[in-house]
Amino acid sequence: MTSKEWRQLTLLLVAVALMALIPLGDDGYWLSICISIVMFTALATSWSIFSGPTHYISLASAAFFGIGSYVTALGFESLSLWVLVPIAGVMGALIAALIGLATLRLSGVYFVIFTLGLAELIRQITTWVQNASGQKGFYVLTDVTESQLYWALLGLCLFVFLLGGLIERSRLGFAVRIIGDDEAVARHVGINTALTKVILFMVPGAVAAMVGAILAPRYVYIEPSLAFAPILSFQVVIMALLGGTGRLWGPLVGVVPFTFLWEFLSSTFPNQTTLLLGVAFLVIVFVLPQGFIGLFASIKRRMNGGRA
Amino acid sequence: MSELSVSGLTKRFGGLVAVNDLSFSVNQHEILGLIGPNGSGKSTTLNMISGSLKPTEGIVNFRNRELQDLPAHKISRLGVSRTFQLVRTLPSMSVVENVMAGAVFGHKRLWGKRLQQAASEALERVGMADKRGAAISQLTYIDTKRVELARAMVSDPRVLLLDEWLAGLNPSELEIGIDLIHSLREQGVTVVLVEHVMDAIRSLCDRCVVMASGQMIIEGNTHDVLQHPEVIKAYLGDDDA
Repeated sequence: MTSKEWRQLTLLLVAVALMALIPLGDDGYWLSICISIVMFTALATSWSIFSGPTHYISLASAAFFGIGSYVTALGFESLSLWVLVPIAGVMGALIAALIGLATLRLSGVYFVIFTLGLAELIRQITTWVQNASGQKGFYVLTDVTESQLYWALLGLCLFVFLLGGLIERSRLGFAVRIIGDDEAVARHVGINTALTKVILFMVPGAVAAMVGAILAPRYVYIEPSLAFAPILSFQVVIMALLGGTGRLWGPLVGVVPFTFLWEFLSSTFPNQTTLLLGVAFLVIVFVLPQGFIGLFASIKRRMNGGRA
Repeated sequence: MSELSVSGLTKRFGGLVAVNDLSFSVNQHEILGLIGPNGSGKSTTLNMISGSLKPTEGIVNFRNRELQDLPAHKISRLGVSRTFQLVRTLPSMSVVENVMAGAVFGHKRLWGKRLQQAASEALERVGMADKRGAAISQLTYIDTKRVELARAMVSDPRVLLLDEWLAGLNPSELEIGIDLIHSLREQGVTVVLVEHVMDAIRSLCDRCVVMASGQMIIEGNTHDVLQHPEVIKAYLGDDDA
């Protein structure tokens, strides 16, 4: 590793260690905000590990999240949450692999529509199965505290960043950048493009399922319309794009302000939240097409230009 | 010894027969020109050899392995590299990364220091050593072609397929390009090139296969083939033959 990489790693570990102290200071409002932040950081960062370089916009986060919550809902009485989370991760990865095999041949907008439809399909099937079994949902009553959930999510974030950094420096990361630039070139330099995309798509699948599994106890009551809420998929995309997907830390820069904005909107305009979410999306796409990362880069360029 | 051969190669797009029952072979260390008027099926032939297109019928044989059913990435791993008729570079990456892309996943699977070294050598050979850190958008047309050739060369291919790699170059650039391809052959690479530039064909190709309307009309040593009335007719029409 180069000295720059060591610096980044140290910075990451210090940041995580500091973040880990938060529940000791406050376990009410601020902790719940921080839970949202680490949750969306894990989701948006893992999302952009796949969607950033490939430009495949996935709206399947809610599907994986829901699958993860159901793993906890079905298993919490017999297994510990800390066993269920990895199981959810494996489930998420496997389902992502199946979806990937079926859909990653589709390009552009078809993939977007498919992932959105897929999330809805899984939600409808779950609803149907639940109704057939006679229950509308499950109670998930555990003795896990908010602080423990927060630490689990924070640990997951650390995992996502380390994994992302590892992928970025690996052949897999290089392969996926080539695919994003020109898939025909990728094939002709010897890359198995389908396999590469499927492997990478398993990352957001596994992470979103693990987030869902960790957060299920917080919902207390799980039903399909909660666990598979499509809005989650859109939030993840907006936050990742607001930050920018070109760097591993890009989505984080979007998650923090957006969480506060969302908190403000949903408490001040509880009935117009979705409308305002849409407006926020439009503003981001028009004003910051490259996200905050692009903004920083152009400011930096301008300052350098001014000096020269 | 025949390095690469095709036999009965046919490609139909619906009712259109782009390549019809084409057979030829290329010997080791040979430069074979694939020539003919526009639309005669030359690029389609290269695309079938490299795996971009699946032949409707026929066999592609490379060192006693049949390629026609393999996907492009496997063909590349066996040592068949190519350039594209419309230059394809990787716009978000630097020049050296573009070249490195050729030596990581294919016939050569390098990483780390050895990859850097191989990419530097390839850039040096195409005369781009001073531009290794440049962005692709800063390059001139010939330089993007050089990058593409370096990417194909860095994989140390056995067979190199060049699809009009010399098109669009000015006379002095053309000379440099011709020398480059010559040097590849001396290094032991077998080259199949689709080309329209007659000077290049004359000075480079040992043999030529001439195609018209998807079929081979003649093959043979370059000098004889270019004199042949059928070839002149195919290019210029009946009156000039």
